[in-house]
Amino acid sequence: MLEIKGLTAEIDGKQILRGIDLVVPDGEVHAIMGPNGSGKSTLGYVLAGRDGYEVTGGTATFDGVDILAMEPEQRAAAGLFLAFQYPVELPGVNNANFLRTALNAIRRAHGEAELDAVQFLKLARAESKRLSMPEDTLKRNVNVGFSGGEKKRNEVLQMALLRPRIAILDETDSGLDIDALKIVADGVNALRGPAFSALVITHYQRLLDHIVPDRVHVLAGGRIIRSGGPELAHALEAEGYAAMVAEAA
Amino acid sequence: MNAIRPPSALREGALAFLARYDGLKARLPGDPALRAAAAELFRAGGLPGPREEAWRYTFLRPLVEQEFHEPLVPLADCGPLLARLPAIDAPRLVFVDGRYRGDLSVPPVQAMVTTGAPALGPLARPESEKMVALNTMLAEDGAEIAVPAGVDAGTLLLVSLGTDAHGRAVAFHPRHAVHLAAGARLTLIEICMGEGAYLHNPVLSATIEAGATLTHLRLQDEAKGAFHLSTVYADVAEGGTYDSFALNLGARLARMEVHARLAGPGAAAHLNAAQLLSGNQHGDFTTVVAHDAPNTQSRQTVKNVLTGNARGVFQGKIEVARAAQKTDGYQMNQALLLSPGAEINCKPQLEIYADDVKCSHGATVGELDAAQLFYLRSRGVPEAEARAILVRAFLSEALDPITHEAGRAALEQAVAAWWETQAA
Repeated sequence: MLEIKGLTAEIDGKQILRGIDLVVPDGEVHAIMGPNGSGKSTLGYVLAGRDGYEVTGGTATFDGVDILAMEPEQRAAAGLFLAFQYPVELPGVNNANFLRTALNAIRRAHGEAELDAVQFLKLARAESKRLSMPEDTLKRNVNVGFSGGEKKRNEVLQMALLRPRIAILDETDSGLDIDALKIVADGVNALRGPAFSALVITHYQRLLDHIVPDRVHVLAGGRIIRSGGPELAHALEAEGYAAMVAEAA
Repeated sequence: MNAIRPPSALREGALAFLARYDGLKARLPGDPALRAAAAELFRAGGLPGPREEAWRYTFLRPLVEQEFHEPLVPLADCGPLLARLPAIDAPRLVFVDGRYRGDLSVPPVQAMVTTGAPALGPLARPESEKMVALNTMLAEDGAEIAVPAGVDAGTLLLVSLGTDAHGRAVAFHPRHAVHLAAGARLTLIEICMGEGAYLHNPVLSATIEAGATLTHLRLQDEAKGAFHLSTVYADVAEGGTYDSFALNLGARLARMEVHARLAGPGAAAHLNAAQLLSGNQHGDFTTVVAHDAPNTQSRQTVKNVLTGNARGVFQGKIEVARAAQKTDGYQMNQALLLSPGAEINCKPQLEIYADDVKCSHGATVGELDAAQLFYLRSRGVPEAEARAILVRAFLSEALDPITHEAGRAALEQAVAAWWETQAA
């Protein structure tokens, strides 16, 4: 279970998160919606441990363990996964090697045996096929020359292989056409179960038609101003953020 | 700040080499007249100094502060060094402290090899390159390697081991020559390793006849206390290729200087390199590519990874003669500075006298990318491993084009070992 209490954070002295309170129980998918600049991506980066995001107050625990004190790789080993809004290109790094290195690092941290190249490729090929990725996906350099949609699917591929316990998907739907959106949603839904939870950051209701959330939260001005069931997303789609933000102010 | 040091230190250093020549000249093998001429050049010119444009960034003061002696132990034990040689299954010519060691060598079948005297070759220019004048004056041994027309001689290792068997620093100046007749092929893997303090000042000239290909992979992994100052000349005739990669990572001060001349139409030269330097090391990769014929091509991708207070130098000169129309020249120098004390000096020079050519050059300097590092770590990859992956990725454009599997594996191994010592 992810528990965030009174979380505040700043970048370059500018406060972005102004007291986030959020609980995501195991097995649940929560959506975070909100206008641009409300702090959605910052929340993802703070939870994943990116440099330059300074936590100034509050706590974030996963199964009772303080994740804010951990290095990014320790958070990953603890089961946290951030699907990047803008996946990073790694020229000179082969995608298959990258995926295998990541998977084996996490397996090592769990005290599990590492996968050899043959075992890994079998697994990776099956997963990338399931995500309808081009055959050469594993042979190319990480995200280099990938279309926007391919990059997002590569994020979901990483998630499928690393099998996190909680995934934060930061606008994974942006830049996807409807077919790709469905494939990505299927990838997430395949992981759903009692031991998996997700925080889906999105602007649009569209993704939530495919990944139906248990709860929807509206983030504005660095705070969660409203929470509700899936119907909240529909209300937002119909009415926009402005009215809700004005009401909360 | 230090003022420019008086050149007298260099002059004194040169005198020590001259004294050695005067004492040895009666017993040195080879043509005494050529040697005497080189000695006169060296007597007049001395060691190269910072006032010369080509030596602006590499100052030989640490070299002249070291006293060098004659290697006197004829059969120095180099078992531990031999054990460190990369496992490449190929014939080998092993030089220990600059002298050929038949007992450690396995001569090739497809190439003719002569040793026992300096292989002067036709290309060296002691009148322009002072270290070559020094080499010509004092060279005692070397390998002359010839591959007959149309023969693929496979792979040959040329190994130099510097030992500390003498109890004091020694200097050696081997002189090698390679001749590939028309259509011949050879992969020459040159490996320099050692222990202790010494000067290794080799000169190699490579004559590549029409349609021949010399692949020259070089691993400069000299002892930490050593000096490596090497000069390679490669002349490439019509349709021939000089395909080289140099890994500059050993020695306290190293300069790998390469002069490639594309003498016939369609000739090509690849002078790729990587310099991995740490601590107080100084590494210099200097190239001069002369396009003397039309439709010639040169490619240089040089990558530098610098940590500690290391200093890296890349100087790349491309000369395009008036006749060399349709020249295609490319040069890229990139540096990754992993510490605040590291420094790179980069000097591209283009001299173009033809009017229909394509020549480009570029240089970048940067640190490891924070976003890439975070991306890897967010996937569970520990920081040290993530850094290693990104450094290896940075080198890939220089390493990946190496098609010789065993050679590339040996170079990759050296890169990985270097990185492990940095991380430790």
